[in-house]
Amino acid sequence: MEQDLSAPGIMTSQLDAAIGWARKYSIFQYPFVTACCGMEFMSVACSHYDIDRFGAGFPRFSPRQADVLMVVGTISHKIAPVLRRIYDQMAAPKWVVAFGVCTCTGGFYDNYSTVQGIDTILPVDLYIPGCPPRPETVLEGLMLLQKKIQAQGRRA
Amino acid sequence: MSLELSSVKADLDAFCGAPLAARGTGFDTVWTVPAAQAHGALERLKSRHGFNMLADLTCVDLQGFGKETGAPSPAPAGARFKLVYRLSALDPATGLLNARLALDAWVDGDAGPVSAGDLFPCADWLEREVWDMFGVSFSDRPDITRILMYPEFVGHPLRKDYPIKKRQPLIGPPDGPPRERLTEADLRPRIVE
Ligand code: SF4
Repeated sequence: MEQDLSAPGIMTSQLDAAIGWARKYSIFQYPFVTACCGMEFMSVACSHYDIDRFGAGFPRFSPRQADVLMVVGTISHKIAPVLRRIYDQMAAPKWVVAFGVCTCTGGFYDNYSTVQGIDTILPVDLYIPGCPPRPETVLEGLMLLQKKIQAQGRRA
Repeated sequence: MSLELSSVKADLDAFCGAPLAARGTGFDTVWTVPAAQAHGALERLKSRHGFNMLADLTCVDLQGFGKETGAPSPAPAGARFKLVYRLSALDPATGLLNARLALDAWVDGDAGPVSAGDLFPCADWLEREVWDMFGVSFSDRPDITRILMYPEFVGHPLRKDYPIKKRQPLIGPPDGPPRERLTEADLRPRIVE
């Protein structure tokens, strides 16, 4: 059957879907780990829960090679400029995950030293609450993020 | 061999010119020394009695103590801060713990005693922490700088009169300009009550 592919709309949407599919299964994450949530992050990342099953098993320790910034643990006002700078150094497209309630809202550190939610300094795409979140929660969050990536949705 | 604390006490009483208030026994012994004599007492404990390790130096702010409960404040009149020196006597041959001792020193205002940095090098960081968190300063020491908070922070957060939720964020909202290089202006704290 003859099909007219000259109209650009058709090709573009198909390409978008293909790129989204490729991106969501090749997440290079930058783990910005500062506190106790890091323990839970390790168990997600290692073989028990194996984040690699979802194509996100490859941590990059250079922000220039990463496309998902995982902010794991309490962020103090002192470290906030460093986190922001790492975010600014990442190449677009990029996504930010707030891992644990400390990064979502400051958690129970309602005090002079803690940033009350990293969304006051960065655009956040996905919030994973919990203190710390269970690995299953993180994996569910990751799948939600993949949906977002597939749909080419992002905040930055 | 464990240390006889009673003879140490007699020596310190003689040094301070008055019997020191004491509480606790054994490893929990606490003596209260006048702040002006704290350095001399530490020196004596180190040189004569083998207290060769400063395990901790910290501070307590007793402003408003007992305001709700009506309990009498342990602070002598005029004193607000209590410095606590925790000392250990380690056996030089075996490294085992011979004795442990805490010295309390009450501080009027925020001018603290002479620095213990010449006796115990680790006192440098501990004194910086006490100054950073409580604003109690020490004389006869190199310039004091913050150790935990950022240099732009204003005030001393563990003082009882520091507002419990007062924050001083260093950087601003998510849609602000990229911060490849932080400038002085980026780092100016904005005080949020
Ligand atoms: S959310 Fe809980 S576990 Fe995670 S960093 Fe904060 S305090 Fe630690």
